[in-house]
Amino acid sequence: MSAFLAILSRDLALANRIGGSGWLGLVFFLLIVTLVPFALGPDLNLLSRIGPAILWIAAVLATLIGLDRLFQADEEDGSLDLLRSAPAPLEVLVLAKVVAHWLTTGLPLALASPLFGLLVALSPEGMAAMVATLIVGTPALTFVGAVGAALTATLRRGGLILAILVLPLMVPTLIFGVSAANAATGGTVPFATPFLILAALSLVAAVVGTLGAAAALRFGE
Amino acid sequence: MIWDLANPTRFMGYSGRALPWLGGLAALTLGIGLVMAWGAPPDYQQGETIRIMFLHVPAAWLSLFFYSTMAVSALGTLVWRHPLADVSQKAAAPIGAAFTFICLVTGSLWGKPMWGTYWVWDARLTSVLVLFLMYCGVMALWRTIDEPARAARAVSILTLVGAVNVPIVKFSVDWWSTLHQPASVFRVDGPTIHPSMLYPLLVMALAFTLIGITLHLAGMRTEILRRRVRTLTILEAERLDAQAA
Amino acid sequence: MRLTVHDLACRRSGRLIFEGLSFSLGGGGALAVTGRNGAGKSTLLAILAGRLQAEAGTVALEGAGERTLPECLHLVGHREALKTALTAEENLAFAARLLGAPALQPAEALERVGLAHAARLPVAYLSAGQRRRVALARLLVARRPVWLLDEPTAALDATSQGTLQAMMGEHLADGGLIVAATHQALGIAGIAEIRIERPAAVLPPGDA
Repeated sequence: MSAFLAILSRDLALANRIGGSGWLGLVFFLLIVTLVPFALGPDLNLLSRIGPAILWIAAVLATLIGLDRLFQADEEDGSLDLLRSAPAPLEVLVLAKVVAHWLTTGLPLALASPLFGLLVALSPEGMAAMVATLIVGTPALTFVGAVGAALTATLRRGGLILAILVLPLMVPTLIFGVSAANAATGGTVPFATPFLILAALSLVAAVVGTLGAAAALRFGE
Repeated sequence: MIWDLANPTRFMGYSGRALPWLGGLAALTLGIGLVMAWGAPPDYQQGETIRIMFLHVPAAWLSLFFYSTMAVSALGTLVWRHPLADVSQKAAAPIGAAFTFICLVTGSLWGKPMWGTYWVWDARLTSVLVLFLMYCGVMALWRTIDEPARAARAVSILTLVGAVNVPIVKFSVDWWSTLHQPASVFRVDGPTIHPSMLYPLLVMALAFTLIGITLHLAGMRTEILRRRVRTLTILEAERLDAQAA
Repeated sequence: MRLTVHDLACRRSGRLIFEGLSFSLGGGGALAVTGRNGAGKSTLLAILAGRLQAEAGTVALEGAGERTLPECLHLVGHREALKTALTAEENLAFAARLLGAPALQPAEALERVGLAHAARLPVAYLSAGQRRRVALARLLVARRPVWLLDEPTAALDATSQGTLQAMMGEHLADGGLIVAATHQALGIAGIAEIRIERPAAVLPPGDA
């Protein structure tokens, strides 16, 4: 337990000290949301119809951006060897790192989403749904991404390969996230159905992602 | 005068003496401006909400003013090699970003009663949002590169390229239909606003400018101190290293 | 406690680095691993630390109870496992918390390696020699029986090498084990040596 907390507090302190990780993710999120109207034109009706989809895609891409440093930084300076010699299982340590990462990327995204919802003319119910689906769904994105990050930790050009590996795995989360966000603003599907599936995806991803990332680190070399 | 202040110590001396006066003047002007803004008549169409204009328009002007300050300082870094140019750039960025943000938020709050929506993707709003994103990019680059001189060169290039980009964005999004009000002050025929609103607006603009300059000078002083701390830390580490050998 | 390596072979990127490597180290025993640059010294340490898989052979640690070998060792390698954004003291505090079995306080450990005044400095500002000393200070903040050291004297001046020697001596006197990859003599009495050459040429100690 102390090993888990040690890593959690260290990674949070580093994110705070080096700074940028959380804020960069938010700025990137904003950039993508801004790009879509440039391409589609300023028709607010169209934008508000696809608003949840735009925000969810931006969340997926913003999560992807921060992921490749998740394990690479520790691998580069030898900290991974230090982690390997801890008395706790590697899975616990990986869990600590991913949780710290989510707290500094996924959670701020979810909390900031209403502000960006303004840009795509989301209704108040839509914004509430966005926050809820993002809080529940971004853990799935982060845990799944962690597996890719662990697999590519030792690679130079890891970023692009990471995206290719991980995006297909993020698709179910994207589908149910958008479905839930849309369901909240009207439609035939009740909000609970896709939302609960989204929650289930996150729980499954938490387990599979942790085990997978630990395995990838273990058999990395 | 500019080159007189090239020496950081002299700059710290002058700015230290000037800052309280500037700050006081800024506060005074702001006070006068707010009183005048409150005294101005309500708009026949929009009622009291017109008063947001007294915050929104000066903020917009200042957001452009500070990007220009950054761009000129960038030239100072790359071309004229003024020693404090990069400090000026770095201090200007967050202030300009803040004014841009105030402009976006006040505009959004004003838009709701006026247009019925908090945001619309028209030319003026979009190009201001892009300006805000570029400020974010500049601030991000400052944080990414450790060594101040290298960071300054990189950011200068980014700022100058961005200065070219801003008019391009403005020009290209002008093709979209414009809901935003066209220029009413800086026009060839002279301002179209009635003096009872123009004067408070100008006073508020002056107040914002003074506030901005005060913050900029304070920011420059802080950055100079920050660099001194960094240098002292490096020297301390080296001293300990040499001591042990 | 006894560390026994039997018939260890290692292959990386298809190339056979070494094979038939065996040694047995008891409590209080030290082993120097020598060889040319690139011969495979660091690779051997990496296998012992659990980072790499051996192609053949066994590594066994007796007397460790439930714990695996990685949980019983300290590895101080080329890469110092220090976060440059944190101070020296914070790095050591993290290591102590992570590894358990705390021994010296971070401040005391830094004092021991002569970095007491550098404790609050971010590691980014420290020189190579100072960073190496912080990494060595990690050996003192958590109690571990096996020390794996990769070129421990690199970047160290004479005083610090003396401190390292003393630290190693105390560790061995306490019944600890040391396996060190090194070019230099470490000043430990009775240290065994194993030399890694081209595969299958492992000379027993004492042979020219």
